[in-house]
Amino acid sequence: MVSMQVVENVAVKLLQLAVTELPQDVKDALQRAHREEDTQVGKSQLKAILDNIDLAEKTSAPMCQDTGVIIFYVKAGSKLDGIDKIEDALRKATIRATKQVPLRPNAVNPFTQKNTSDNTGRHIPYIHWEIVPGDTLELTVLPKGGGSENVSALGMLSPSQGTNALKKFVIDTIINAGAKPCPPTILGIAVGGGADIAMNLAKQTLLKPLNQPNPDPELAKLEQELREAANSTGIGPMGLGGKTTVLDVKIDYAYRHPASYPVAIVVQCWAARRASAKIYSNEKIEYISHKVN
Amino acid sequence: MTTYPLRTPISEKDVRKLVVNDTIYLTGTIVTARDSAHKKALDLHKNGKQLPLNLEGLAVFHCGPIVKKENHEWNVLAAGPTTSTRMEPFEDDFIKNFKVRVVIGKGGMGKKTVDAMKHYGAVYGAFTGGAAVLAAKAIKQVKGVEWTDLGMPEAMWILDVENFGPLTVAIDTHGNNLFQTIQTKAETKKQKIYKTLGF
Repeated sequence: MVSMQVVENVAVKLLQLAVTELPQDVKDALQRAHREEDTQVGKSQLKAILDNIDLAEKTSAPMCQDTGVIIFYVKAGSKLDGIDKIEDALRKATIRATKQVPLRPNAVNPFTQKNTSDNTGRHIPYIHWEIVPGDTLELTVLPKGGGSENVSALGMLSPSQGTNALKKFVIDTIINAGAKPCPPTILGIAVGGGADIAMNLAKQTLLKPLNQPNPDPELAKLEQELREAANSTGIGPMGLGGKTTVLDVKIDYAYRHPASYPVAIVVQCWAARRASAKIYSNEKIEYISHKVN
Repeated sequence: MTTYPLRTPISEKDVRKLVVNDTIYLTGTIVTARDSAHKKALDLHKNGKQLPLNLEGLAVFHCGPIVKKENHEWNVLAAGPTTSTRMEPFEDDFIKNFKVRVVIGKGGMGKKTVDAMKHYGAVYGAFTGGAAVLAAKAIKQVKGVEWTDLGMPEAMWILDVENFGPLTVAIDTHGNNLFQTIQTKAETKKQKIYKTLGF
């Protein structure tokens, strides 16, 4: 039996971890980019990013003032008691973390422009549900920044042109985005399904660690090809020029309608924040993305 | 590519020495201003009213900080730059009327600002996007806050900074715009990239 107080506490902890400490795979990718950068300006931008990450971690301060819109991915065991109460616990956790960490209040009514000042509102925090066998609860939080979200794109492309149209759309999107999404970025790409399905899958690929190549060898090859092409634009860290424009490209897909070829690109800034934990039925907690003492 | 420590107020002569790709570190007084504060300052000026602070020679920082009041004193926790293009409609008049010498932000600005910087003598210093704790660390004291009616992020925060940077000079007084140069280069590479990708 997992109490909702435990769920709330773990969610607060995950929000705090996510905004103050990057997962090791993201830190590794940024360090590699810094080592490999050969322009002076690009290197200085990456150095500032690494110094900032270090300071944020040491002082438990949010690494970026934009602590994002809060999205939870929940994998709930079908035998878990109180699934219907999890949403309430996650909302409470968001309100608490906003004060405690603190997070910047980022939930605004799109019609009245009123900010609720606690990061909750209609459909926010957004919760993705997956029901899995068993009695454990896995929580992942993805605080998603606005600058990078603003250059995300959906293309309803022509099926006859297939992968070539996809590649062109990705390159055009990354060049149009330029400095705006705080590069080096991570591109989450998904093809097929439909407009909403592609977008949803594209965002979910941002939860995958950067050091894990795609299990499908063809997609792994495409990811590498697009990563190299994006980096050959020379846009570089912060759009000031340099070798690394994207840290990684992640691809997923769903089967498509014969007449449709939806391609979704979700752009994630260098502050690729995410945190996950598993809560077992005996209330044992296992943090997955971060080391917690 | 030279590194300059600069102290505000900065003279027009000093700012005209800077060229794109130079790095600057600022010490002294800077103020934050986003869209609303830019508009408010320009409205006051239009109506013949004084600003709460003379901005001549200072730096304006495009930033909505996370601040906390502790023991009756404001403490800046996170203060990364916001996207500067939102201030494009106001920045040329802001530079002209208030003679700020450095505009700090991320992502660069447009032609109107580039022209004003050339004409009146100011540079754009790009601060690393998202590096909010690094920025906060260089803020030694909050000297004051004006226009809190605009909301905390939009208010004008008057900050005492020490070695605030690195700021990459991305627009100089000679009409150079580093962001535009990089962007144009990427555009011209497009066809070659398409070819590499096999179409």
